[in-house]
Amino acid sequence: MTEKYIARSTAIAARMLGGEMMIMSAVDSTFFTLNQVATAIWQAADGRTPLAEIVARIVCEEFDVEPEVARRDAEQFVDELAQHGILLVSDRPFENPPVEAA
Amino acid sequence: MSLVQEMNERALALGVPLGVHLDVTYRCNERCIHCYLEHDDHGEMTTAEIKDVLNQLAEAGTFFLTLSGGEVLMRRDFFEILEHARRLLFSVKIKTNGVMIREVEARRMRNLGVEQVQISIYSRRAEIHDAITKLPGSLKRSLEAIRFLKSQGLKVTIANVLMTANLGEHDGVQALAGELGVSYTLDPTITPKIDGDTSILNLRISGIELNEVFHNKNLVGNVEEFCAPPPPPGDDVMEGLPCSAGHTAAYITPYGDVFPCVQFPLPSGNLRRQKFIDIWRESPELNDVRSIRAKDLPVCSACSHVGTCTRCPGLAYMEGSMRGPSTADCQKSFHRTGIPSANMLRKTRTSGPLIQIQSLVE
Ligand code: SF4
Ligand code: SF4
Repeated sequence: MTEKYIARSTAIAARMLGGEMMIMSAVDSTFFTLNQVATAIWQAADGRTPLAEIVARIVCEEFDVEPEVARRDAEQFVDELAQHGILLVSDRPFENPPVEAA
Repeated sequence: MSLVQEMNERALALGVPLGVHLDVTYRCNERCIHCYLEHDDHGEMTTAEIKDVLNQLAEAGTFFLTLSGGEVLMRRDFFEILEHARRLLFSVKIKTNGVMIREVEARRMRNLGVEQVQISIYSRRAEIHDAITKLPGSLKRSLEAIRFLKSQGLKVTIANVLMTANLGEHDGVQALAGELGVSYTLDPTITPKIDGDTSILNLRISGIELNEVFHNKNLVGNVEEFCAPPPPPGDDVMEGLPCSAGHTAAYITPYGDVFPCVQFPLPSGNLRRQKFIDIWRESPELNDVRSIRAKDLPVCSACSHVGTCTRCPGLAYMEGSMRGPSTADCQKSFHRTGIPSANMLRKTRTSGPLIQIQSLVE
């Protein structure tokens, strides 16, 4: 299986509100809120850490989720955000790191 | 409830200033006859000061940032400010007259991920629009700006302020917005100058015209619903908050003064002396604004319109008391529904002649 790398797009607006992340896509103005687990993945999306490592290190350890469930949920979440241009996905690490997480 | 409404509720509960309007300058290249600002520069915040304010707003949790003026592009550092704002991931809306926006500026705004640009158009006829802005050629320039912005894929809204000088022009402007593929909003309220001067209020349209606007289905959609008499207010209405000003929204002047809203010039602190978060949390003025519930309003709480009125506490403040009625909104409630407001009835009782004769031409 190839590695997946995720990076936060800069074409978005984002801010933490009461422990959850609000995100608006500048591409299609869709508005999202991420729960705590999704927010943690989002904040770890530095373009350099493989998704599998983010899931293992953050989702499984910090939130105590079964690895299989965590991986499936994370993939689904990444696909959805990628569709709206909010996360960028690549099979290689990104060269330019994304902007500061909000 | 939409997700954005939910976020608003949460921001309200947490005391977060979700939306902030920052005027980066009061200088302007137009001289609109209805403008409420004084255009001379009395010592605007520097680039560094504005960037610091933006850092503080991001820290305080602000998500929606409106950059306005004056004309924002009168500041040579505007794009530096905008770039900084976007680096901090605000959702940015820009209000401008568009006169200085050409293809290059439009592209920069798009590349920086601006959410929306709002441009004021008063008429589709240059002789009327330019007579209001007092800048010859301004309509042409503003329309070109809209096209440049649109061709970059940016969302554009035409804002149409209605006054005696452009009466009857709104249909044309609305059609123009349709042709250009942009949104349209109409505002029939002329506000007093920010220093309290009310001389420009004679530009307000009369009741007859307000009535026409409120009964125009192209503008309000379902007229019957929009103009329906107000339902009797329940407890939820009486416990309700007037608006977002000071609750989830704030306004900052180019000189660093903080007000509850751009239309509510109650001095609540200055960013050159205090941190934003301290003003937001501790200012006695903002806390006073926050304490107001509909049931505390001496005149409005007894008014049948209280639950549906657009009563602006800022306009009320400029009339003398932020807890009082706002005459402009009384007019709107009356001409929308045909039912007099408590304020109008009170005035008739206390100062009205025994027989009322009203001219048919207002
Ligand atoms: S009602 Fe008036 S004070 Fe309140 S947000 Fe609207 S303009 Fe501002
Ligand atoms: S119509 Fe006038 S008196 Fe009635 S609630 Fe509105 S502002 Fe107050």
